[in-house]
Formats: sequence, structure tokens, C-alpha cells
Amino acid sequence: MAKANEYETHDFDVLVIGAGGAGLRAAIEAHALGVRTGIVCKSLLGKAHTVMAEGGIAAAMGNVYPEDNWKVHFRDTMRGGKMLNNWRMAQLHAQEAPDRVAELEEWGALFDRTPDGRILQRDFGGHRYARLAHVGDRTGLEMIRTLQQRAVAQNIDVFMECAIRSLLTADDGRVCGAVGYWRESGRFVVFRAHAVVLATGGLGKAFRFTTNSWESTGNGQALALQAGADLMDMEFLQFHPTGMVWPPSVRGLLVTEGVRGDGGTLKNSEGRRFMFDYVPEMFRAETADTEEEADRWYTDKVNARRTPDLLPRDEVARAINSEVKAGRGSPHGGVYLDIASRRSEEYIRRRLPSMYHQFKELAGVDITKEPMEVGPTCHYMMGGIRVDPDSEATTVAGLYAAGEAAAGLHGSNRLGGNSLSDLIVFGRRAGMAAAEYAKARGEELSVNSTQVEAAIEDSLAPFSREEGESPYDLQHDLQDTMQSLVGIIRTESELVEAIDKIEQLKERASKVRVEGHRQFNPGWHLAMDLQSLLTVSECLARSALARKESRGGHTRQDYPKPDPQFAKINHVTRLVNGELQVVAEPLPEIPADLEELIEEPAVPTGIQAISQSGPAPKEGN
Amino acid sequence: MADVKMHLWRGDAGGGEFREYRLPAQEGEVVLDVVHRIQATQANDLAVRWNCKAGKCGSCSAEINGKPRLMCMTRMDTFTEGETITVAPMRTFPIIRDLVTDVSFNFEMAKRVPPFKPRPREADGTHRMAQRDVDRPQEFHKCIECFLCQDVCHVIRDHEENKKHYAGPRMFVRYASLEMNPLDTDDRRELLKNEMGIGFCNITKCCTEVCPEHIKITDNAIIPLKERVVDRSYDPAAWIGRKILRRG
Repeated sequence: MAKANEYETHDFDVLVIGAGGAGLRAAIEAHALGVRTGIVCKSLLGKAHTVMAEGGIAAAMGNVYPEDNWKVHFRDTMRGGKMLNNWRMAQLHAQEAPDRVAELEEWGALFDRTPDGRILQRDFGGHRYARLAHVGDRTGLEMIRTLQQRAVAQNIDVFMECAIRSLLTADDGRVCGAVGYWRESGRFVVFRAHAVVLATGGLGKAFRFTTNSWESTGNGQALALQAGADLMDMEFLQFHPTGMVWPPSVRGLLVTEGVRGDGGTLKNSEGRRFMFDYVPEMFRAETADTEEEADRWYTDKVNARRTPDLLPRDEVARAINSEVKAGRGSPHGGVYLDIASRRSEEYIRRRLPSMYHQFKELAGVDITKEPMEVGPTCHYMMGGIRVDPDSEATTVAGLYAAGEAAAGLHGSNRLGGNSLSDLIVFGRRAGMAAAEYAKARGEELSVNSTQVEAAIEDSLAPFSREEGESPYDLQHDLQDTMQSLVGIIRTESELVEAIDKIEQLKERASKVRVEGHRQFNPGWHLAMDLQSLLTVSECLARSALARKESRGGHTRQDYPKPDPQFAKINHVTRLVNGELQVVAEPLPEIPADLEELIEEPAVPTGIQAISQSGPAPKEGN
Repeated sequence: MADVKMHLWRGDAGGGEFREYRLPAQEGEVVLDVVHRIQATQANDLAVRWNCKAGKCGSCSAEINGKPRLMCMTRMDTFTEGETITVAPMRTFPIIRDLVTDVSFNFEMAKRVPPFKPRPREADGTHRMAQRDVDRPQEFHKCIECFLCQDVCHVIRDHEENKKHYAGPRMFVRYASLEMNPLDTDDRRELLKNEMGIGFCNITKCCTEVCPEHIKITDNAIIPLKERVVDRSYDPAAWIGRKILRRG
């Protein structure tokens, strides 16, 4: 066994785990501050889930509407998150996103342009103004390629197809490294590092229908939890309202919100634009109440209010769910998303090339001629690792987190476009703080070899079992459980049942068996990731059980309304003596001047002017 | 529906063989779905790369019935019922295991690309570019790095020795995106000619044919690069003239 336990060792000041937008941006920043920086990622470089982002990056640059500024973006983000957001993160995000976008351009990104040659911005759900810098509907690809090429140009070490099994901690509890394996060879590798940044993304693979790839298995959240860090808001999971529903093999695949941003509307089987029936009180004043006003809004944001098709995602997902349940769905259990009858073929193909391609190739549907069938799909985790808003430090020394893996910015519901901006704003901050922390330590690196050996032994155990279930069967059962019991609409009895089933699955997973050998063995890789998936699934279900209200990405059939008591708390999840605990903690108090911004009504200026009988202002560009 | 019959290449650097798998057909599947079902039910350790399953990440490249394609974008209903479908790893790259190849050649070549070097910003802190000037390099930015163009390129497909001095279509697309970026100020033509082997390409357009993003690699990237390289080498006056005009 001595040979199996052998491992190579690499030393870094800052080790970044994950090479999506947040990880790459963190590494670029840490490297720029002059510390030894390494990136570890499960896939090849440039394949991380960021590549799938379509619509754009939200940043109040004001290129299309000069009225836009960080205060409006801050307000929209807080209201979209139903005020559960960490206010400081929402502030930093809104303030810094424009500079981060400009920086991407400086590094080679080519965004679509305005007529006067600046970065063009598009409409998206919940954003008061057209705010998303974009490249057609492949903005994520542009972002990851730009950051990837920047990282390569800076000669940052990248460990591709390398998966981290556990974080290593020192006697005083701080993180001091990580142990993982090369997927290609199955050999083990130890990283000694002063600081570790977790940028591992989400956990969508706990669900059957998801926009997420195989990588989204909650590794970062699970690693943090095991290392003693707090998780937060784990009950808030975003179901994107528009996933493909047909054919079965592509069910769940993302259909960008940009379709609605560019004029597409949702219709039920009766041809009715049903979103007008689902405008919640909170957004009534700023939402159009006739189709005429909604259509006019696309070209006139001063005198018309937003179409309800672009309400925040939680509202739209619930509305679609209700329409389908009421029997007004499309043949394959979704609703219709129609841009064909509203925009020209040339416009659709220019603005939404990959949607055109995706439907044409995978569903045989020409979106310039026919409506799409869409329905909600598991998309994004608002909750995650609890971090300090300024430094992205977790509750464990030496450990940082950014991007989807971290919690706070989005509260109970994320606005579209705020994810890509999140990655670059907080990726940079995490890299900066981790580098400063590492510089201050300056001591020799060391890890505890007993911890390393334990991680290796645990990883190899599935090979030595004579009997046991296949990891694929277990993942299948977990996905069924989460999809049916912890999905878009939740209720106490089902959540209790889910927790019970997850407990049984954990027991079964402890006896999982892997066939074959260690060289590029996906069965083994899944067996490893299954442990993270089960951990985060339990966190999700337990937090969901504790929140007895409906808010954002958490809807309870048995508590269908928001509850003012729960409006004041975050749920924090941590391991105490090996047991998961969910505790309520009060939200940080928001300064009065920022609170005022949120409460400000945001009806269009023209409509305000009319209601005040004043002169209508000049139209924006 | 009749059963699906698929021949998958199984093996490693030391050798291997096609193995036959049969399973019931399901509606609306792509090749990757079938490969995944084989993996989940008959061959848990079958090595295959994939990520997005939507033609956006370029991970699941393979040779399907001899044609370089993405497994996630190849619908099963494009084959005749009962037809045996053969899936092999990309031939241009060394085999790691089963359908997974060592594509590090591409990442090594990427390291050698002189990075983007923008001109200074305008006085108001922005970069100004017209959409029509951005259209051209944006086509190249669509590249998902599936490396199918590299796989099919006959300069390196059966000529391992050429990899030392030939960047390949993917990298030429990258060079073109930089050379045609309105903000970029660097000049990579000498490098293209002397070290990246742009002259080796004899424009058979095989790369363009397999590109899942429909980038016109040969016409829009390689030929213009070749022209620029030639112009620089043999007609400096014309080059200077064009530079001046471009900025005028």
C-alpha cells in the first residue's frame, strides 16, 4: 500500500480551488500582489461553469441609460434578494462592477457596442435599467476566455483535472493546505499553502433537472464545512424560470433570460401572457399592467413600466409552475416562450445566436419561427460559505471564498447578470485579502501528514470493497429525492422525508464500490463527489425546514407568505461535534442612508412626472 | 424503437479495442446521452470528458463514425435505425484512457501567444470601437476550444513531429482575434511565420468543416493572416500605407 499512498507536494502562498470566473479573478489578483499563486480545477482550463453564462454582466455603467448608477443597482439587488442580502456586499458589488467590466475589456474582452462605440448594455429581469454588458448570448464564454488568457499570460500555475478531497488544517484551526488527486492518473497531490480560496461554484448536480454540469457538486461548501467554517442561507436555491423541457435529454438546459430581455414573452396554452396575473405587491408600482405599456417599455423606459415577463426569477419560476399545475401548460409540461412573433429573424439570430443554435440542433425547433417550450430548472445556489463582505474571509483563518460558493450578495434570490459581476468583484477581493494574509504569515509551510494519509485512505476505500452499490445509482436516487422533495415548492412533511432519505443515502454511500483502477475513472470521481453532494443536500434540506416562510428561492406550501420575523435572520449551518446545526442569526444592520435607497419607489421618471403633473422629461438615449 | 448498438473505443496508451454496447433507445437523445447511460449501467469506469452538454464548453470532442464531432451536439436520430455507431477518441492527441486524450499540446501553444496589448483609453476613460469593427474578431471569440479543428488538421493529424513548429487552426483563430482586435497594438506576424508555421496550412478547409461554432476558420482567420504575413515580408511600403489608412 505504500505506493498507493505516495503523493507529490507543491507549495504556494495562495492556492485557489476552482477556475471559473471567481477563481481565475482571485488568482490573477493574488499573483499581481506578488505571491506564489496556484489554481486547481476539476476540468480542463476554460471549461468551468462560467462558460455557460449567457445573458451578461450587470454593471451600472450608464452607457445606455445615463440615469443608471450604483445606487439603483444596489437597490435592485436588495429588492431582488428580498432584503436578505448582506447590504455591504450588495454595496461593494454595485460600486465596483463597472471597473471590473472595464478591466475585462482592457484584458481583451470584446463586448457588443453602443452606436457611439461604448459597451452596450441589455435589459434583464429585476434591473431598473438596461445594465448587462454582453456578447450576444455567450457572455460567460467571453469572460472565462479573457480571464483564462490573462492568467496564462501571467504564468500562473494551473493544475488541470485535479480534484481536491479535503482541506488541511493546523493545530490552531487555520487552513494550511489541501489534498487532492489527479483525475488523469489517480495519483495524490498535496498543496501546502498559507491561504486557500474556494471558488468551486454551486451544487446543481444534487437535482435531476439542472442547468449545471457534472462539476457542480458542492465541493467548496462541503470542504469549508468540514474545515470548521460556517455556511449561510443554504435554503435559497434558484430555479431559473426558463430551462428547456423537450426533448428529455436536454431537459433543464438553460434558455437565457436575454430572450425576454430582447422582447420574448411567456404565454400559456391559451395564448395568454400570464405574467400579468402574477405581479406581487412589492413590484406592482414599477411593473406594466397592460400589454401595450409592457411592449412600449422596451424602447421607452422613461414613460413606460417594465414588462412582468422580466420580474425577478423567483416570481417568474413560481408563476410558470402555477400555470402548468393549473393545466395551462405546453404539451411537454412547460409554457411557451415566444420571440418568433415579436422580433425579426435577423434580430433574433444576431442577438441570440446560441439559443438559435441550441434549439435548432437539439430540439429541431426554429426559434425565429416557433415558440420555445420552457420550464423551471435548478440553476444557482444563493447560499454557501459565509464570508466577511470586504475580504471574503470565511470563519476559518486562511480560508476565503468567492463566487457561487460564497453566500451573502444575492440574499434569497439572485438577479440575472449579478452572478458574473459577483465573480469578478469578489474574486478580486478574495485574491487580494488572501495574498495579504499570506504575506503577513511569511512562515514556513507545513501540513500534518496524518491528515493527508487519512484523506488518501478514505479516497481509496471504495476500490477495496468486494460488494457495494454503484455511485451512479446513488446519485440517481439523491437527485430524485432532491427534485421531488426539496424542489421549487416545499413543505414540512416532504423536507422531513428528504432528510431521512439523505441519511439513508449517506449510509449507503459509505459502502459505495468502484470498479476498475484509478486512471481517469469517472465512477471513482463520482463516488468522491457524492460525499460533497450528500453533505450540501442535507444542509439545504435542514435550512429549508427551519425557514417557515416563503421568500425568494425558498417557497413553502405550508407557509406561503413572507414572515417579518424571518425577514430579520440568516440561517447559519455549521458542524458541531460532527453534527449539522442550523442556527438563526440576525442580519447585519443596514445604515440608514442605504436603507433609504432601497425604499425609494422606482417608477419611471416620465410616469412620476405625469403623476406630479410636471413636464415630461426628455427621453433617454 | 430498436436497440442502440454502439462501439466505444476502450483502452489506454498501451493499446485498446472497440467494444460493443447495446441498450434500449430513448427519445430525443444525443450520442453523449447514450455514452452516459453505458457508463451508468454497463461500464462505470468508462473515461469520457464532458461539462455543459449544450455545445458551449467544447469538452466532449470525439470521432463519431469517423467524423470529428461534439458528442453532445450529435443527435441519435441523425443515424439510421439499427445502425452501429462508432465512437473513438480524437486521433491527433495521445490517448489517456478510453475517449479521453491528452490535449496539453493546445495549452502549451496557448502559453506562447503574445498577449493582448491594448492602446491607451480615450480621455473619458473608455475604449471606443464601432460594432462593425468588432464583428470580425467576435467571430473568433466564439471558439469553444473543442480542438476538433486541431484534430482534423492533416499537418499534425498523423505528423507528431510537426507539432513542434505548428500552432494549428485553433491557435490561428486566436492569433487572428488578436491581430484584428481594433484595440490591439502588437504585431505577431513574424512569430506566425517563423515559429507558428502558418505557412504549413494549405487551406484545405477541413478545420472549417468540423467547427461546431461554424467559424470560417480558413477564410476569415487563416487566409487573412497568411496575407498579412506575406505583406509584411515582401511589401513593407504597402504595410505602412495600410496601417496609416486604418488609423485615418
